[in-house]
Amino acid sequence: MLEKALDGSKTYWAWIIFLLAVMGVGSIFYIIQLQKGLMVTGMSRDVSWGFYIAQFTYFVGVAASAVMLVLPLYLHNQKEFKKMVILGEFMAVAAVVICMGFIVVDLGQPQRMLNVMLYPTPNSMLFYDMIVLTGYLLLNIVIAWNNLHAEWQRRPHPRWLQPLIYLSIVWAVSIHTVTAFLIQGLPGRHLWLTAIMASRFLASAFCSGPAILIILALIAKKFTRFDPGREAIRILSQIVTYAMIANVFLFLCELFTAYYSNIPGHEHILTYFFLGLHGKGALVGWAWVMAGAGILSLVILIPSRFRNNQDLLLAGLVLLILATWIDKGLLLIVGGFIPNPMGAITQYAPTGYEIMISAMIYATGLLILTILWKVAIGVKKEIGEA
Amino acid sequence: MGSNRRQFLRIAGVTTLLGLGGGITLSASSYQPEEHSAREKEARLHAGRWGMVIDTRKFQTEEDFHRVIEACHSIHNVPRDEAKAKQEIKWIWADHFEHVFPGKENPFLAERVEQNEFLLLCNHCKNPPCVRVCPTQATYKREDGIVQMDFHRCIGCRYCMAGCPFGSRSFNFCDPGPYVKDKNPDFPVRMRGVVEKCLFCYERLEEGKQPACVEASNGGLIFGDLDDPDSHIRQVLREKYTIRRKVDLGTEPSVFYIV
Ligand code: SF4
Ligand code: SF4
Repeated sequence: MLEKALDGSKTYWAWIIFLLAVMGVGSIFYIIQLQKGLMVTGMSRDVSWGFYIAQFTYFVGVAASAVMLVLPLYLHNQKEFKKMVILGEFMAVAAVVICMGFIVVDLGQPQRMLNVMLYPTPNSMLFYDMIVLTGYLLLNIVIAWNNLHAEWQRRPHPRWLQPLIYLSIVWAVSIHTVTAFLIQGLPGRHLWLTAIMASRFLASAFCSGPAILIILALIAKKFTRFDPGREAIRILSQIVTYAMIANVFLFLCELFTAYYSNIPGHEHILTYFFLGLHGKGALVGWAWVMAGAGILSLVILIPSRFRNNQDLLLAGLVLLILATWIDKGLLLIVGGFIPNPMGAITQYAPTGYEIMISAMIYATGLLILTILWKVAIGVKKEIGEA
Repeated sequence: MGSNRRQFLRIAGVTTLLGLGGGITLSASSYQPEEHSAREKEARLHAGRWGMVIDTRKFQTEEDFHRVIEACHSIHNVPRDEAKAKQEIKWIWADHFEHVFPGKENPFLAERVEQNEFLLLCNHCKNPPCVRVCPTQATYKREDGIVQMDFHRCIGCRYCMAGCPFGSRSFNFCDPGPYVKDKNPDFPVRMRGVVEKCLFCYERLEEGKQPACVEASNGGLIFGDLDDPDSHIRQVLREKYTIRRKVDLGTEPSVFYIV
């Protein structure tokens, strides 16, 4: 089956070479980071996690692309998703690989990474996160690959996969929950210490993951003429819309709690985001773009008249991705460190190194995605599903 | 510490067997306290839970602070790189009241409190969140309450920095070696990519000495066993009103302040 990845058009190969080039350039920056240490990043004593961990958090959410198809298909027999589900599962694989990449580049001593397994520490949430992410990666690889293989041989899906599929649904919830628990239980980090953090992670994941999936599937359709089906896109974009409504609602709950209670610790970071605090406000612009994009995306996505128009749908989804990315991939992690435990404000901005190294990981994820989708779509074409 | 050391050696042995850490084990032996002779063992100071009282009235001039901070930073090879203030490393330092005790300030603070600075260091919390979150047990709590670090196990994930609500931890963003003036050969210089903090001078307690800062403090710092009702520190705590940082977070700091 894998040989299908080797048989592609010029555009396909140009794209692959482009991704490899980005990976190559990025890895030069990574090698420098390895030699010099994390001093090449914008992180500091006060803001000790930055762009890398934020991307990790966001891409855990993106991995939800799979479950939002698997669940309706296997639990509610939503047949429309049958063609598309493989794309979601393979995208989850790429997303989890991206997550792992960001964890590794963020480590000060990456060569000691195995210590997490050599000294298993059940009181650390990072230990569980490692388990759930690895598990989710394996589940999606095994399920997607075996399903595809069965389709290719025109045989019914192997029965032993069924329990794994159900497990993968529960497992998907666990990756968002545990990732939220990484930050949700830390005393003194006001932005993070909120009981709805895990719910926010789920809501944000369930809208941003499938939103990215729809866009990528439509791009793939342009290049390969593999049509995931109008109905599939329509239902999925409905799911995206409701998840986004929940996501925005939960964010507003945070605003209400902070400002109505008037407790300084809860207010400070939100004020810092939107208005700036003590004369510092490096993220104000981003915060308002997030707010604007988030609201506008809902204006476009909620009325089905707009949503069912493909161009408007695309615009709505892009805005949604922008808003959720700023929220989770930029503000949320950095915001946990502002103000610092002493109440002072140290600002953070990623450096060129962080951007280039992140580009390397993004490109790696895209490469995996491209290859897996190429194989999947190749098989679908062969069996006449495309 | 004996059992810690045994465990460390066992683990080091396993990693070496696995071929993962040959170099690491070698260098590790250079900083783990050596087994001591019987006489030295007697000299070792013991406690059920080490703690400290900071008598802030005795820290008035810049010199009072400087002496104590220097005593710590110089023997512990704490690097100094003025150019990278945001990524600096500090084990013990001073800051204003509203930063040390956020939430306890008020608009009409006594002048002495408002203008003075206060020492900060790791609180060696009884319920340390840094230990709770560390995925490798590189940060762990010893039986005597010291929150200890194994610089050779730390993977540099900095989860403990997110977990500590007191800002007590620093990360080696670069190789600290070049920035250590007058290296103390008896204490390890850390490597790039690991976290560090005050360790309550475990290496000096081992030799029967008080922590370096305490020794240099002219009585401004009182160190002792919080579990022993007859200890000097408990006597001070009985007599003087003290406060601790952020008690509402439940970490149970072992550092007390007489204000
Ligand atoms: S002060 Fe911070 S670093 Fe020290 S024991 Fe408490 S939580 Fe850990
Ligand atoms: S940085 Fe080191 S000490 Fe801190 S949590 Fe990670 S492994 Fe543990």
